[in-house]
Amino acid sequence: MLEADNLECVRGERRLFAGLDFKLEGGELLNLQGRNGAGKTSLLRMLIGLLPPEAGEIRWKGKSIKAQGDDYRADLCYLGHLNAIKEELTPLENLLAAAHLADEALSEDDAIDALEQVGLAGREDLACKYLSQGQKRRVALARLVKEKRPLWILDEPFVALDVAAVDWLAGIISGHLQRGGMAVMTTHQQVNIPAGTVRELRLG
Amino acid sequence: MLKIITAVIGRDLKLAMRRQADIVSAMFFFVIVVSLFPLGIGPEPDLLRKLAPGVLWVAALLATMLSLPRLFADDHRDGTLEQLALAPHPLGLVVTGKVIAHWLVSGLPLALIAPVLGIQFDLSSEALVVLTGAILLGTPALSGIGAIGAALTLGLRGGGVLLSLLVLPLYIPVLIFGAGAVDATVSGLGGEGHLSLLAALTFASLGFAPWASAAALKIALE
Repeated sequence: MLEADNLECVRGERRLFAGLDFKLEGGELLNLQGRNGAGKTSLLRMLIGLLPPEAGEIRWKGKSIKAQGDDYRADLCYLGHLNAIKEELTPLENLLAAAHLADEALSEDDAIDALEQVGLAGREDLACKYLSQGQKRRVALARLVKEKRPLWILDEPFVALDVAAVDWLAGIISGHLQRGGMAVMTTHQQVNIPAGTVRELRLG
Repeated sequence: MLKIITAVIGRDLKLAMRRQADIVSAMFFFVIVVSLFPLGIGPEPDLLRKLAPGVLWVAALLATMLSLPRLFADDHRDGTLEQLALAPHPLGLVVTGKVIAHWLVSGLPLALIAPVLGIQFDLSSEALVVLTGAILLGTPALSGIGAIGAALTLGLRGGGVLLSLLVLPLYIPVLIFGAGAVDATVSGLGGEGHLSLLAALTFASLGFAPWASAAALKIALE
């Protein structure tokens, strides 16, 4: 479904990787490994279409993602290492605004339910600037709870989370894979994803 | 198409309401700069009437400039700009929403307060009406052109100064026709011609600027 064909990445004067191929089917998770600076984030940014590859092509459902544009982005959920939440807004408003902008139907009850699941019950109406780092991360992750888009691209999703939250997130990703979804992620932690097929790709 | 634009406007207005200090400080800047001129020049009604259009317009340009560096910078810093770029819509529409929201919180308040400031310059009521109309018509062009500059200087250190250098020269047509409309009214020629040109500038920049900004933002996000 998601195919990368002979990808090459050059940042500045350095070639980070070349001739990279992989294929990802429904229910599979691709775990990117590699030292710092190996090009993991660059590869993720290529997969979401923000960074054009130096050479090669990325295909989604058999067609180049560049040609698909909006249609591809409608299937894609990206979680970067920045939380993409607004400090002035409350967690609830952040979640609803993000869904609204991504053209997804998310009811207020669903959003409150998602926030409860990430352990932010009672803080739905507190501006995000009063939350701790880990709590802000949880607001960002709450998006995944009701997320139905088939392809998830997650950049270091486990950073700043406590042990319980890591297990919870692993569960959410498993659920996504069980529904036939796909995910690509980077992590430096050892995380056990109970369901789906986990494939590893080492860069550098 | 309209849905994404209204969604972005709604979000940006909500954020602006949580940060009212930004809107109020740009307004106060406008009021103070404009008020300094009558105080500095002294009570000579003829001279003041002559200066009024230019002073009000230059102050409006500078007040609009104040809020421009943050147009995309906040979204860039917290990662929401990436999410906006990944929304299943053309980025140009998202930027159109942001430009309209910027105008609603920067241009519109200036237009509303300008007639009050015009009184300090002894402008006739007719000239005050044209002044308000000209600022209403011209400020959307300022937000649009400004968005290109803000997108081009996104992520640069000291981008604020560069932004003014890039954008202020492009504001000159708006300044000329905006001030010209009031001048023409004061001298009895009628400002309709200038106002139509201002409207043309606004429509052209609202149609073109968001797409140019979107192209610049994509480069900044690479």
